[in-house]
Amino acid sequence: MINLDHISAAPLLPEVKEVMIDAINSDLHNPSSQHQAGEAAAERVEAARESVRQLIGAGGGKEIVFTSGGTESVNHAIKGVALASRNGGNHIVTTNIEHNAVIRSLKRLSGFNFKVTSLPVDETGRVNPDDVAKAITDKTLLVSVMHSNNETGTIQPIKEIGAITRERKVLFHSDAVDSVGIVPVDVDDLNVDLLSFGSNRYYGPHGVGGLYIRKGTRIFPLLEGGVQEHNKRGGTENVIGIIGMGKAAELAARDMDTRMTHLLALKNYILAHLPEYIDEYLINTNLEYSLPDLLNVSLKYIEGESVMLMLDGDGVAVSTKSACATGSLRASHVLMSLGLSHADAQGTIVISWGIGNTASEMDRFFASLAESVKMLRDMSPLYKNHSNMS
Amino acid sequence: MYNKVVMDHFKQPRNVGVIEDADGVGEVGNPLCGDMMTIYLKIKDDKINDIKFQTFGCGSAIAVSSMLTELAMGKSLKEAKQISNKDVAAALEGLPKNKMHCSNLGADALHMAIQDYEDKKAGVKRSGPARKEEHAHEKESHCYCPYCDVELAEAVTFCEACQRNLDEEH
Repeated sequence: MINLDHISAAPLLPEVKEVMIDAINSDLHNPSSQHQAGEAAAERVEAARESVRQLIGAGGGKEIVFTSGGTESVNHAIKGVALASRNGGNHIVTTNIEHNAVIRSLKRLSGFNFKVTSLPVDETGRVNPDDVAKAITDKTLLVSVMHSNNETGTIQPIKEIGAITRERKVLFHSDAVDSVGIVPVDVDDLNVDLLSFGSNRYYGPHGVGGLYIRKGTRIFPLLEGGVQEHNKRGGTENVIGIIGMGKAAELAARDMDTRMTHLLALKNYILAHLPEYIDEYLINTNLEYSLPDLLNVSLKYIEGESVMLMLDGDGVAVSTKSACATGSLRASHVLMSLGLSHADAQGTIVISWGIGNTASEMDRFFASLAESVKMLRDMSPLYKNHSNMS
Repeated sequence: MYNKVVMDHFKQPRNVGVIEDADGVGEVGNPLCGDMMTIYLKIKDDKINDIKFQTFGCGSAIAVSSMLTELAMGKSLKEAKQISNKDVAAALEGLPKNKMHCSNLGADALHMAIQDYEDKKAGVKRSGPARKEEHAHEKESHCYCPYCDVELAEAVTFCEACQRNLDEEH
């Protein structure tokens, strides 16, 4: 299989597998236990925390909380800050293109007297920092803006927004699940107080992630229990997952420049050669500000799930954001926010490649895509060019 | 996600295309969900002598169109009118539950095309093909929550089981 769906799952790197298998075979004890076996496990967890700390430029190890992944991190950041609110702060500012972890957490809070202002993005998919500044009131507790969008790969002006929230003394959370480990993310440079991230995005295991909490941030735990994670998250740690994440973070930091060069070369390759294979498509990714490893493409007159299935038949995995392919059968809120028509949104595929992909794999993808697009357009009542009919 | 019969019809759809001098043309479409289907009929001696389809939609919508044309080919108009969306899904040996509503519109398109033919014969003039904007939810007896799959009554806007708002039709 040619994996052009890294945004859904990236393969574990051999070095990551190795440390995880070693951890399994080591029968590590509970890191909270005070005997030697427990302390040995705790050391491994703290070593992983240090690798993660270095990846995002956090100040001290205590600022990183290990979680079960990006979704938990986001829920913790948003609900934890809301629960800890005092002095009447009950207003949260966000954008229309956030991941459902943010959207649904905020929707839940809006049922508990919290008010949410959700800002639009422009047609290139970016929020205007001035709009954030205008939306902040004396009741504003938190601003939450994603670092990069999981459907389009478009990167938001986080640093500019961070300068505003710092000046206005409002907490700032960024869902950076799709950016951390792929592009440089530095919590001090960005002025964020809270940053959510996972592990699989940079070839670590699923089911583990982290939340950066700047020292002094008023936040309650989401999971109450023991005093693990410096009393910020109850529950015995996912030691094996954390060890895998730590290794993945270490390698991501070490190899980031070479990886980015490779990923960006493939992006430019796709952009340069796609027009040779298909016509009438839209690139929904902001090409000036975006991830190096993802493109969102709307293929006119056809539907994305059909394209995905046809490519799958040829051994190429992509994902689609067509309404038909989602459980809810609704058009993607991100694509709607960009102003796409329902028909164009329906024809959307997300191509996300990785460090293991090659240009010749892209050629095979192009050929398969061209064939799929032709077959589906020949079948489509929306496609005007009936001369192609077989 | 899809069974072998569905995948076979999706990968090798039968009777794709346009009949330029069709005796009846029927269209159904649901702009929100996105699927659209056009059926073209050639009628001889009150029988479906030829049938072709065009579909914009997901794997399920394409398979439904293909299977429908196989079921309808050679049938008398009376028999063809009896073909239901349920029959098409059954012939495909089942469709995912969440696809039953939005992509299973083949029979509706066929009935529209037959209507178009009969109207033309009766002298009714129409500028385009017979069209149906929304497929017949009212004919279906079951609705399911798109999030938790629990069966819902029609027209509810909130799922009691998973406590979610259902802003749009389901």
